[in-house]
Amino acid sequence: MKSLSDKALKRLRESADVPDLVGTRYRLLEQIARGGMGVVYAAEDQTLARRVAIKVLDVPVLDSDLAHRLNREARVLARLEHPGIVPVHDVGTLADGRVFYTMKFVEGRRLDEHLESVPSVPDRLRLFLRICDAVAFAHARGVLHRDLKPANVMVGAFGEVLVMDWGLAKIVRDSVPAAESCADPDAVHFLAPSALPTGPEAAPASAVTSHGTILGTPGYMSPEQTRGDISSLDQRSDIFSLGALLRFLLATPASREPSESTRQKDKALDAVCDKATAIDPRERYSSVSDLSADVSRYLDGLPVTARRENLLDKASRFYRRHTIPILLMAAYLAMRILLLLFSRR
Amino acid sequence: MNKILLGLLLGAVLGAMDGATAWFTPAVRTQLAGIIIGSTIKGLIAGIAIGFFARKVHSLLLGIGFGLAVGFVLAFIVAQMQHGYYFEIILPGSIVGMIVGYATQRYGTAPAVPATSRQS
Repeated sequence: MKSLSDKALKRLRESADVPDLVGTRYRLLEQIARGGMGVVYAAEDQTLARRVAIKVLDVPVLDSDLAHRLNREARVLARLEHPGIVPVHDVGTLADGRVFYTMKFVEGRRLDEHLESVPSVPDRLRLFLRICDAVAFAHARGVLHRDLKPANVMVGAFGEVLVMDWGLAKIVRDSVPAAESCADPDAVHFLAPSALPTGPEAAPASAVTSHGTILGTPGYMSPEQTRGDISSLDQRSDIFSLGALLRFLLATPASREPSESTRQKDKALDAVCDKATAIDPRERYSSVSDLSADVSRYLDGLPVTARRENLLDKASRFYRRHTIPILLMAAYLAMRILLLLFSRR
Repeated sequence: MNKILLGLLLGAVLGAMDGATAWFTPAVRTQLAGIIIGSTIKGLIAGIAIGFFARKVHSLLLGIGFGLAVGFVLAFIVAQMQHGYYFEIILPGSIVGMIVGYATQRYGTAPAVPATSRQS
């Protein structure tokens, strides 16, 4: 019997993976992204004649845990109607049993790519505030994102900021079972204690979610999330991720800046990042609104609550806040003195 | 406080203070009262014009530029009437105009636009 070549096998796999949208109102266009449990395609909604994004489960099984997770992700998104959160349009099951949901097709760039064209710190902070708005809204609806990172924020062609990938979201106030989560392509998966080696040589067991995994992205996960201490996870865990995101926003050079250039550090913004990413959740901001209020205060030239200022800091901030009138008044006084000196000659 | 009133008050106060600096010029010290009154009126006129502009145009740069232009023109007219002291009148008058231009753009309330919402 003749065996198939690797290329032919790959093509066969790809064609088997392509979801069959027959019987739905959608027509498949192209694959956009592949995740841990599903693939996102661009599709055309033939009824409304518009482009949508469709997330389809990888495996064609009904009533599986993954199908349940994808359904739940869609339900989480459906309850979060906010301009900063990608809206879900529809959820269903394909003829082959694969669960899918459709959402708005976002034309734009990931935040980390978008930053290349945003050199100004105030502009970056305004972007950050819009991310905070979306997350604060989700918290108000009892939803934790749990995987906030630059790759999960999209900036649209018209400057709209959208928080994506709510696959790890946790509902903290609802009848929906809490602490359920969905897989993510970049997420780190740790083994459940039962799967870990036991005995004296075993590494310290990382704590787990109720599904036996820790999900999130290193560097953006709060310490309690890394430990898998899910009972103590609350909005301060997302605040940690937002703090890490803010640090990333401030540290990433724009494309116009030389790659080796280090952005000038601002003590006030550093203090905001430090407070948001404190190891102890009690030392962090108590809500996203508090964090965004501090960033807004910085933008308005006001002192931030995360840092106590000395006299020099206050004077420097006052000058930064009122540069134009100070310069105009200094120009007026200097010119008056000069005129006075010349008139006395 | 609306932008026109802010421009009016600030123009008057800064105009009066600017006029009062004539005290440092001994040659005109005897006409100080007239200079202060004239400078105040100039500031009032400039303030109204700049405040009105700030209501219509929301741009810090254009506001300061318009203040400079109005301050310059009014001060030039006053200097022409005085037949002298061009630098002493025009330069401070222009800067005062810029300060009023900045203040009316940055502060003061613009008229509210009624919001409507309807979904059908």
